[in-house]
Amino acid sequence: MSTSETTTEDHEDHEDHEHPSDQKYMQIALLLAVITAAEVATYFVHIGAALIPTLMVMMVVKFFIVAAWFMHLRFDSKMFTRFFVAGIVLAISVYFIFLTVFEFWTKG
Amino acid sequence: MSEETTTEEQRPLGVYTRPKGGNGWRDWVTTVDHKKIGILYGAAALFFFIIGGIEALLIRLQLATPNGTVLGADMYNQVFTMHGVTMIFLAAMPLAAAFANYLIPLQIGARDVAFPRLNAMSFWVFLAGGIFINLSWLLGGAPDGGWFGYAPNSGVVFSPSVGMDFYAIGLQITGIASLVSAINLTVTILNMRAPGMTLFKMPVLTWMLFVVQLLLVFAMPVIAVALFLLMFSRQFGANFFNTEMGADPLLWQHLFWIFGHPEVYILILPSFGIISEVIPTFSRKPIFGYDFMVFSGIAIGFMGWGVWAHHMFASGIGPLSVAAFSLSTMFIAVPTGVKILNWIATMWGGRIKFSAPMLFSVGVISMFTIGGLSGVTHALSPADTQQTDTYYIVAHFHYVIFGGIIFGLFAGLYFWWPKVFGHMLDEKMGKINFWVMLVGFNMTFGPMHVLGLQGMSRRIDTYSPGFGFEAWNMVATIGSFIIALSVLIFLINVVVSVKRAKGQPPCPPDPWDARSLEWMTPNPTPEHNFDEIPTVESLDEFWHRKWGTNEEGQIVRVATAEEVCQDGTATGVHLPSPSYWPLVFAIGLPLIGLGLIFNLWLTLPGGILVVASLYAWIFEPVDDPDGPHGEHHSNEEEVSQEASDV
Amino acid sequence: MSEETTTGLSHNKLAMWVFLGSECLLFGALISTYLLYRNKFYDGPAPGDIFDIPFTSVSSFVLLMSSLTMVLALSALQKGDIRNNRLWLLTTALLGAVFIGGQVYEFTTFIREGLGYTTSPFSSAFFTLTGFHGVHVSLGIVMLMSLLISSYRGKLTKKNTETVEIIGLYWHFVDVVWIIIFTVIYLVPNPTS
Repeated sequence: MSTSETTTEDHEDHEDHEHPSDQKYMQIALLLAVITAAEVATYFVHIGAALIPTLMVMMVVKFFIVAAWFMHLRFDSKMFTRFFVAGIVLAISVYFIFLTVFEFWTKG
Repeated sequence: MSEETTTEEQRPLGVYTRPKGGNGWRDWVTTVDHKKIGILYGAAALFFFIIGGIEALLIRLQLATPNGTVLGADMYNQVFTMHGVTMIFLAAMPLAAAFANYLIPLQIGARDVAFPRLNAMSFWVFLAGGIFINLSWLLGGAPDGGWFGYAPNSGVVFSPSVGMDFYAIGLQITGIASLVSAINLTVTILNMRAPGMTLFKMPVLTWMLFVVQLLLVFAMPVIAVALFLLMFSRQFGANFFNTEMGADPLLWQHLFWIFGHPEVYILILPSFGIISEVIPTFSRKPIFGYDFMVFSGIAIGFMGWGVWAHHMFASGIGPLSVAAFSLSTMFIAVPTGVKILNWIATMWGGRIKFSAPMLFSVGVISMFTIGGLSGVTHALSPADTQQTDTYYIVAHFHYVIFGGIIFGLFAGLYFWWPKVFGHMLDEKMGKINFWVMLVGFNMTFGPMHVLGLQGMSRRIDTYSPGFGFEAWNMVATIGSFIIALSVLIFLINVVVSVKRAKGQPPCPPDPWDARSLEWMTPNPTPEHNFDEIPTVESLDEFWHRKWGTNEEGQIVRVATAEEVCQDGTATGVHLPSPSYWPLVFAIGLPLIGLGLIFNLWLTLPGGILVVASLYAWIFEPVDDPDGPHGEHHSNEEEVSQEASDV
Repeated sequence: MSEETTTGLSHNKLAMWVFLGSECLLFGALISTYLLYRNKFYDGPAPGDIFDIPFTSVSSFVLLMSSLTMVLALSALQKGDIRNNRLWLLTTALLGAVFIGGQVYEFTTFIREGLGYTTSPFSSAFFTLTGFHGVHVSLGIVMLMSLLISSYRGKLTKKNTETVEIIGLYWHFVDVVWIIIFTVIYLVPNPTS
């Protein structure tokens, strides 16, 4: 088996110590639920100008948590992360420019 | 798609047994062999190239004289649209795919691609899409909104015929083929390299094709969305381009060109890769600056995403956007300039042989440079305001597309023909092919620079007399027929060479004294590729097995090609089994398309074919349990994978 | 199951990640198109008039939790626990179905309230974006049900965890896209007419 410097997946037969336990997964899900509750709370509790940055941060945090833990990127080969990040970064860059040309941020 | 263990109960659904290997038409139709698939791509691409060429000749006949009467305005729109669509999507891309499919596994020392059945599916889906789009000629009119399909012109109000429906759906179908193939080849290149072949020992062609696959992976979804928006607007009344309701037509242009600009690099990089193999071979020198060739290819891939709105300088995006894209466009000339210099530096001081492939390759360097220079003039947006929508632009892109892409693909055809078919194309005819093509090409597109700067509009079906456009248009038309003649010479060359080779033993494995691994197999390549997967120690591995250096630093022969090349006689090599399902899946897609356009009931059989074939495919084992199942061949299957420097 | 590939990574898993990379560009285009048209509601309802945030919050939460059950399904199979694997696969599919049910209810309500597919650029963009997402979820449910059937035929065992893992990656991706959609479309304050 190839011994690359990045963490590769172990045999399914072994106990993988880096692999989250079911309990850990449920804790993570609880965290996601709490963040979601906070997000929804912004609909009822007005926080003024901090709203959009706060929503963005919570969105990114949830995205990261699902990607890193549920999608196992944190424990898997960096190659997978590279492809996913490449898609995300490219999409954000290109569509950010796209929206800018349309003056979305100012005239939105 | 998991490789389930094959047991008795896992017979494919129904009574269909797996097709067996062979060489009849059934073998071609069910093959999953990357080499056969490559040949299929090549044959289909050349067929569509001829169709696109005929469309071009019709255009040139119409424009030979002012107030031409060969094609009416409506027919002209269809012909020039289909010329673009055919050449880009049905000729150039598949011809590059032919090289990619045939050569990538061989150049990296593999036996096939990562997903052989998906590979077959990509070809059949492409073919289905190409046939589907062309059915429009018979079913109500071909697409007539330009290959770029600008909305709202491409909507139902201004393009009421079914043509643009065929465009939107047809390109979705071919898009599926491209995306799937790109994922396939990406995994292949990363995962199936021979022991010792690190990424930086891969041939430049494989590197360029790798960048192309990555570009396809990220660019195809964008045009998919654009085409969906167009399709939903046309079929279901969606308001994406309904300006009365406040929609913005530029939405289409942006989405299209966000795809469209990476697309032109998808088109050119294969040819850049091809000549990066040909030029070192016929200069008898390694490629100059291998690292720079690789990095500039990667740079082109990256930077290609930041320039798209240079296709929109006159569309009203505003001076700030125009300035930004003008700047980024100027920068993108740099990595290509690096390549041009490196190819020339490769030739410099080499023992050059101007074989047919080498002539075409030098043609690429010179013609693409001309096209690149006119491109630099477009980058300056004030200049482009004058040039845009004139024949100056038509000149530019034909110099890079024809002069760059097509010449490069022809270099590849001449170079690898012996590897694929076991005989050489006639060298003398090849040279004549080149010179006639060079003359015809320059006669056709050279004058268009002048015509454009004199004000001749593009995308128009005719022009009035008295503007001074007559002479150069006539020259261009004559030139186009000379191009046609050169293509005819090529076809005659093919026929003559095949005839001459009948009954003869195949040509030797390494007729050009080449540098990379694919030449290490006999000609034509045996079905299993390598008898034994080679272990790679350097770039140009094959070359270094034939040539070494002595104490004085001179290059000396250490082995003949015959000694190094494998003899192809290995038996019992385990190969993936053929399958019907890729073809069946492909047939379903155009049926769905026709259903969406004409009668929704038709989508039912199409959908059933697609879904049923997918399930049959998934539950079919990768390898036929009853198929030829030789013992794993001795050494190479057991070779442990070295750690890669990835 | 060790992979004798150059990178040591499985073909199938690598292919799925490459595919997910490409999907980012797909959904990015749809989201951007929506953003461009979110206040082009012509003479129809505006987003602020018609969205029901509390309702959508519930269905978003349901989809989010389905990622948990998906991960538990994989974990069960990795331990050889076929029974729980089936249980969690079914739960994931059901949660997904509840989400889709919620979407259908939401769409039909909007249509009744005057927001149809062809009402305005906003409406077309909204339904196209959420529709594409919904189709992705539905295809995911089909795949999960296929896994379940495979399992009941005795074909989904500890040897096949990678298949479940790969379908799980797809499922999580679809969930992650909704995390973005929920914030960007629903929670960010919307124009009213």
